Amino acid sequence: MTDLTAKDSDAPRRPTRVQRRYAANRRFKYLGLGAVLLALGFLALLLASITWSGYQAFTQTHVTLTVTIEPEQVNADDPFRGNYRAIIRQAVQAVFPEVTNRRQLRNLVKIVSSGAQYIVRDKVVANPNLIGTTFSISVPASDPVDQFRKGNISRDIPEARRRISDQEIAWYDRWVELGAIQSPFNWALIFASDSRYPELAGLWGAINGSFYALLVCILISFPVGIATAVYLEEFAPKNRWTNLIEVNINNLAAVPSIVFGLLGLAVFLGWFGMPRSVPLVGGLTLALMTLPTIVIVARVAITAVPPSIREAAFGIGASRHQVVMHHVLPLSLPGILTGTIIAMAQALGETAPLLLIGMNAFIAGDTGGVMDPSTALPTQIFIWADSPERGFVARTSAAIMVLLAFLVTMNGIAIYLRQKFERKW
Amino acid sequence: MLSILFLMLLVFSILAYNLGRRKATRLVIVTGSKLHSRPTYHGAFVAAWVGIPSLFLILIWLLVQNSVLDTLIMTTIPNAALAGLDEGQRGLLLLEIKAVARDIIFKEPTLAVREAASTYLRWLAIANWSLFAIALLLAIAGFLVTRARIAPRFKARDKIEFLLDGLMIICATLAILTTIGIIISLVYESIAFFRHVPVHEFLFGLNWEPQIAIRADQVAGQGAFGAIPVFAGTFLIAIIALVVAVPIGLLSATYLTEFSGPRFRAIAKPALEILAGVPTIVYGFFAVLVIAPSMRTFGSSIGLNIAPNSALAAGAVMGIMIIPFISSLADDAIQAVPRSMREGSLALGATPAETISKVLLPAALPGIMGGVLLAASRVIGETMIVVMAAGLIANLTANPLNSVTTVTVQIVTLLIGDTEFDNPKTLAAFALGLMLFLITLGLNIVAQRVAHKYREQYD
Repeated sequence: MTDLTAKDSDAPRRPTRVQRRYAANRRFKYLGLGAVLLALGFLALLLASITWSGYQAFTQTHVTLTVTIEPEQVNADDPFRGNYRAIIRQAVQAVFPEVTNRRQLRNLVKIVSSGAQYIVRDKVVANPNLIGTTFSISVPASDPVDQFRKGNISRDIPEARRRISDQEIAWYDRWVELGAIQSPFNWALIFASDSRYPELAGLWGAINGSFYALLVCILISFPVGIATAVYLEEFAPKNRWTNLIEVNINNLAAVPSIVFGLLGLAVFLGWFGMPRSVPLVGGLTLALMTLPTIVIVARVAITAVPPSIREAAFGIGASRHQVVMHHVLPLSLPGILTGTIIAMAQALGETAPLLLIGMNAFIAGDTGGVMDPSTALPTQIFIWADSPERGFVARTSAAIMVLLAFLVTMNGIAIYLRQKFERKW
Repeated sequence: MLSILFLMLLVFSILAYNLGRRKATRLVIVTGSKLHSRPTYHGAFVAAWVGIPSLFLILIWLLVQNSVLDTLIMTTIPNAALAGLDEGQRGLLLLEIKAVARDIIFKEPTLAVREAASTYLRWLAIANWSLFAIALLLAIAGFLVTRARIAPRFKARDKIEFLLDGLMIICATLAILTTIGIIISLVYESIAFFRHVPVHEFLFGLNWEPQIAIRADQVAGQGAFGAIPVFAGTFLIAIIALVVAVPIGLLSATYLTEFSGPRFRAIAKPALEILAGVPTIVYGFFAVLVIAPSMRTFGSSIGLNIAPNSALAAGAVMGIMIIPFISSLADDAIQAVPRSMREGSLALGATPAETISKVLLPAALPGIMGGVLLAASRVIGETMIVVMAAGLIANLTANPLNSVTTVTVQIVTLLIGDTEFDNPKTLAAFALGLMLFLITLGLNIVAQRVAHKYREQYD
């Protein structure tokens, strides 16, 4: 025995069995840590790449123009129908009097967004006293100029391969020297409606559409969800029928969202003949989808109320309904609210059912209610992601950041509510 | 008009509540007798009878009004104008009448249409006003009748509780109705689809080319509706997603439950949950923006040709999405293993890693398997990631570097844009939806069974 040990110590030291087991333990531990860090790394990569590609959309290149509204171009009686195109052209031409060639002039005007004339028009319509005066106004530059200023189009690549010509760059430089180009915060991204031109497109219509759809959704799923949960927890006899309802709700919670879209399409649009693309139908579909979630969280919150409270209320002669209305529901409401907000946050990010009922239409005008065709935030992201213009890539990411900001806010409210009102019994 | 009516009903109900309550309160003072129910219940009883019958009337009225008016208006049109029109043309005529009534005129309408339009407008106005009048009369009648019933011995609370019971049962039934609605709508449209395309061709066909001929003589206009390649693509992407997510999810769950300190766990666990809260469309855009291009660049640098919308990219991103789902389900399953087993193993001298792999994981296996099956069902039904990152063409391939399509992608592409319920292209989406519903439902049921049936009872 002693011999053996002596021999062993002569040989290069092999790890003992315990050491090997401990090494295996360490390896396993680091593997697990690696998995967690990898998952968190994906999250960081996701957020970083969206931010990286989207932050530029929060500023927009603007050109300050000095426009003169001639009475012969805009009739004071009907300022909506003025020749604002010519007004913009003359304003641009006034800066570059040397450009006379028609084709060059057309390219020169293209530095300014094609939506500039409507911005001037809206300003004049709002204030007809401007007719006959000269004022300066800041209008968005076109997408190529915007991309050039943001450094996405380099001066170094050959002219044929970029969307902005050498001549246009020269004009742009002149304008910069004159101090007429700025990059203010892009309020249009949030407060403008959708547009085919990326420099004009905004999320207001989508935010409205999402708001109305969620309003319809919560008005239905919140009361119905609570009523179902209260019934199942406090009133329902334990029989086949209530068992069926329970199994049903659990299975509905796992049905893919696109199937709810098919349901909405076939039932609300096909059978009931409701109009396409309206937030009412979107909200109804989302309500059916979120209902099981709300029922489940409400049941958890209701079961968390200890039986002693119910028994005390019964003991002083309250009826079953009074026990629920006066004690169980008020005590479980914070939990139900928290769950509902989280369910609403899910509904806000849900895209597929809204696509199927047509809430991905192009809607440039304002939207006003539950019966006006509109888009929603996620479907707007989907539309922009499909648009080929360079400017829409940044805008898609920016729209995602806006959506994520809403989700973070909603979840933050939910966490705050839970921490403020949660009770341990 | 309708919103005014709703508002008036609301105001009336509140008024009725107050009047009812006041009468009940006064009864106590005047007669000095004890009420059976508290005054608020009397108020609620009156308010319910003011609001609810009118509300039901309005809903039913709105449901039937259109079809009744349509039928009536068609009877007023002289037979000469209807002669030789088939069902579809009559429908068009009706649409034209309604358009003219709303002053939307595309072409000069005939005299008959103009007359019908003005009749339509008149009748619509009559219908609206009579609804208004009847609803208000109903509300007032309800108020008078129920207010007269308020008496000390009147059991208002019982009535209200009975009403609440009924409302709760209706709400609980809505969940059943939703399921029935899903099944009926999917089956109904699928049957219509199978009238165009035989079932066996859909289930076993190897070609998926859902084009419909615009002209009858168009080449290749027939279209093929064999769903095998679509399902093959779905399963390929699902398998890739699970291959990514299951190891990462399991390892992070074991690390978080068994190795990490409480402080790391308190940060890492909510951070992982964020990954679950990100909307899927964001993942889809992430796949298109980052993952797919970088995979392509990497592939070409080692001489592999990776399709721009490869199954690998879509599956990998879907895997990332599902990591927190698997991790939290595995976490629950591991936590559910009794403490005594873990401590017994450690006390025998096993390292934590050995305890996990030889004791905890086998004991938690049914729960973990259930979780993986649930994850598979989620992945198969997931839409936006694949709509953005996977292909549209149905390739029958097992090569993850190729582009494949999935069930959900096909449903979305078939239904985007204007949809008419009479062509096989639209109906095919419902047949795919039915299959999707059955598969995910089956997976869920199996997952629950596995988790319950094979769970060892240790306590």
